[in-house]
This record gives sequence, structure tokens and C-alpha cells, in this order.
Amino acid sequence: MMDNVQKRLLEEVAGLHDVPQGAYSLRVNGELYGKNSSENIEIAAKSDKPGIDIYIKAGTKNESLHIPVILSQSGLKELVYNDFHIGEDCDVTIVAGCGIHNGGNETSEHSGVHSFFVAKNARVKYIEKHYGQGDGNGKNVMNPESYVELDENSYMEMETVQIKGVDSTNRKTTAKVSKNATLIVQEKIMTHGSQTAITEFEVELNGENSGTHVVSRSVARDSSHQKFISRIKGNNRCSGHTECDAIIMDDATVSAVPEILAINPDASLIHEAAIGKIAGEQLIKLMTLGLTEKEAEEEIVNGFLR
Amino acid sequence: MLEFRNVSYSVGDKEILKNVNLTLDDRFIAITGPNGSGKSTVAKLIAGIIKPTEGRIFMNGEDITDMSITERARAGISFAFQQPVRFKGIKVKDLISLAAGKSATISEACSYLSEVGLCAKDYVNREVDGSLSGGELKRIEIAMINARGTRISVFDEPEAGIDLWSFNNLIEVFEKMHERTNGMIIIISHQERILNIADKIVVLANGGVADYGNKNDVFPKLMDVRSGCYYTRKS
Repeated sequence: MMDNVQKRLLEEVAGLHDVPQGAYSLRVNGELYGKNSSENIEIAAKSDKPGIDIYIKAGTKNESLHIPVILSQSGLKELVYNDFHIGEDCDVTIVAGCGIHNGGNETSEHSGVHSFFVAKNARVKYIEKHYGQGDGNGKNVMNPESYVELDENSYMEMETVQIKGVDSTNRKTTAKVSKNATLIVQEKIMTHGSQTAITEFEVELNGENSGTHVVSRSVARDSSHQKFISRIKGNNRCSGHTECDAIIMDDATVSAVPEILAINPDASLIHEAAIGKIAGEQLIKLMTLGLTEKEAEEEIVNGFLR
Repeated sequence: MLEFRNVSYSVGDKEILKNVNLTLDDRFIAITGPNGSGKSTVAKLIAGIIKPTEGRIFMNGEDITDMSITERARAGISFAFQQPVRFKGIKVKDLISLAAGKSATISEACSYLSEVGLCAKDYVNREVDGSLSGGELKRIEIAMINARGTRISVFDEPEAGIDLWSFNNLIEVFEKMHERTNGMIIIISHQERILNIADKIVVLANGGVADYGNKNDVFPKLMDVRSGCYYTRKS
């Protein structure tokens, strides 16, 4: 049975109250807590290293898979490999996420290496939420790595959220996009205290008419630091867009390092980056509606990261 | 009632308002005047966005000069910006709720939006960002003032960006707003048709009050086709 702390973490990262229905794999404190394959989604534990292999049958539609990870034992460090093989013509949602409760003084760390192999004409929505809590002095560290291969006409949308309690994160995502395939990345980050978050994206647009949007919205508070690195390489007739939109507050710092590289003359690539504090006129507008400056600030930040 | 007593406002060496004395206490008051005459400054002084360099401002006899924007908003002053502000991620419904001071139901939000000529179901869940046109933002701005329903509402050029055919609508909005709040509506405008519905008109020129009186007295002097505006001519 999971305890209350673990259940709360599960709710935070996956919106689940207990073990989910359908296909799932739940990892608690470094061990596989439970897994369930469904008719179309097979989950097999890896034999050579920690992690799972997931096979989604061709043509699987409107099914979802949950693979949350919960760490409530202070000082636990783990590295997990999950491979996703998504068959042709699928339309599926994958909900991942990691919640750490660290009540001790040692560093807890979860690093997941996710590889996605998306076959022709498949559509995948991947949602990942990172959350940390704990009253000890131990740090919560998450270093996720993702590798994405999109075959012809496929489409993948990655939504990643890290709003609270992760002291240090270093995320790396690399992707290769084939003909007529599209990768959308939407990242939302809020850091506070003395946290640091580094996110790095590298997308290669290899196929004709391939495309990508890599969009990051973030808020950095207190003395936290964020760095957003994105590289888009246009190797064919393609369209790529990367955007970093950050609000800085207090003594926080943010750096954005976009790089777009057009190898093919028909590649159309755009990068945008905007970093700044909350616009004064936004605060004033909400104050004329009766909000205090602090309430206005909260409202603007919550909306921005919604 | 709003009262300006010996109010001056300067930025650096530039004096924008000079010793203005003004008592506003009617249903509809229009403030007009040439560009740079200090109209928007008056509106911002009322809302508390800027503070007078000299002089005091009173609301119903109470000195509000040192009150913050938030305190004035809570005391019953609303202000519609000339250029509405955009917000990433905040939806039309959120702003209407904040303005109403409570979570607005869809049907409440809808009634405020339809009143300003926006089809509510297309707008309640839209973000108040760059995807809305200037005219749409302007109407949402007015809907917010409507949702607040305070005793004093100040509009800084509400007609700018609103197409002509919906003009009558706008005037109706002001009339209904007055019926509901039984308060005072102050409109900064150059628009003849807005000046025409005012009870009183304040004419600002060169940082001072050039005239203030009943519409029937002031309006003809502004609209003299042959010789141009009496007040700018005089100055």
C-alpha cells in the first residue's frame, strides 16, 4: 500500500488518487511498484538495467498510459531507462511525471532517460510533471533526458511542467524529425529560492516539410537561475520555431541561448526570446480592479504559467 | 463627487496641469481638449496612477490624494485605459471575474460581454493577448468597468478603435451603466457624439480649465464650423 505522502505525490504529478486503470507502470522508491499491460500496450521490465520497454500496437487509438515515479525516501538516487515504441497510426497519450518528497538531509535524485520511437502516421501526446517537496535540508534533483525519433507523417506534442520544489534540474531533449512530421514542445518552469534549471533542446529537421515549435515559458523568482538552450537544425525544406519567454523577479537570472542553423536554403527558422520583469502597466491594470500589487503579481504569474 | 483643489502636475520642467480647480458631480461628464492639454493626466490623477505635484483631490469630501491605486479602486473608482493592456495566459473570463470581485459565472461574463457587442461564447475563454484586435480589447476593457459597477467610472477615449456602426451601442452601454450604478461617468473624448450625450463638458487647454459648463453652452463653441474651436483659437 502507498502511504499518504506517496499518494499526494502521485496526485501532484499524475492527477491520480491511486493506481490507475489501464496500462501503467508505477515506480516507488527505486523499485517497480506495479505495472499493468493492456490489450494494445505492453509494458515489460528491462532485464539488463532499471526501466521498462513499452510497445504500443499499431492502430491503437485514444488510449493512455501512465508511468509516474515517486520518491519519498531521502537520499535515494536512481537512473531509469524507459523506451517507448509507438506503432503506426496510433493516437495515444502518455502521462509521465516524478514527485520527490525529501524529509531528510541527503540529496534525492531521479534521472530518467526516455526514448521515443514514433512510427509513421502516429500521434503522441506526452505530458510530464515534476514536483518536489519536503521539510528536510536534502535537495531534490531531477535530470531527465529524452530522445525522440519521429517517422514520416507522425506528430508528437511534449508538455513539460516543473513548478515547485525541484532544487536542481538539467533537462536534455534531442529529436530527429522525418518527412511531414512535427514536434511540438511546450515547457513551463518556475524556480524559486536558490534553485537552478537548465533545459536544452536539440531538434534536427531532417525530412521534407518537417516542423517544430519549441516554446518555453518560465518564471524565475528569488535568487534562482535558469538557462534555456535550444538548437534547431534545418537539413531540408522545413519550418522551425523556438521561443523563450521568461519573467524575472527579485534577484533571479535567466539566460536564453537560441541557435538556429539552416543547412538547406528552403529551411525557414525563427527564434524569439524575451526576458524581463512583469510589465508595470499589467500590474497597474489589475490594481485598478482592486488587487494589491502582490495579488496582481500572483495573478500575472499564474496566468503566464497556466 | 470629485474635486480637484489647486492641482498641478509636472514632469521635470514641463508643467502639464497648472493649478486646476474642478468639481465634478454629474451623471455624464465629458472632458475634452486638444492633444497635450492634460486630459489623460486628469484621468490618471483620479485613478491614482500618478500623484499631483501640488494640490489635493477629494472624493465625496474625503481627501484621497495619498490613497494608492488599489485603495481608490476599492473605494469605488474604475478606470478604463486608453490603450488596454495585454496579458499572456490570462483569459477574458478571468479579467471579468477579477473586475466583478468574485468568480463570474459563464452567464454573468456573457452578459457583460454581449453588452459591449462581443459574442460571449467566442470570447470568454480567449486569452487577453496579442491575438485580440485593438477594438476587441477596447470592448473587453469597457466590459470590465461594467462588471465592477462602481460609483465613479473614468474612460480614457473609449471610442478609439471602436468601429462606427457599434457607436450607438457604446452610448447605450454608458446609459445602462449609469442606470445600474447611479454613479458618475467621466469620459475623455474628442468625439462629437459622446460630447453630445454629456450633461457637462470640461474643456482643457494649455494645462488649465478653459471652460466648464452645461453641454448646451459649451458644445456649440467647440463645434463652430466656420471659425474652428473657440478654445483653441483663443489660446
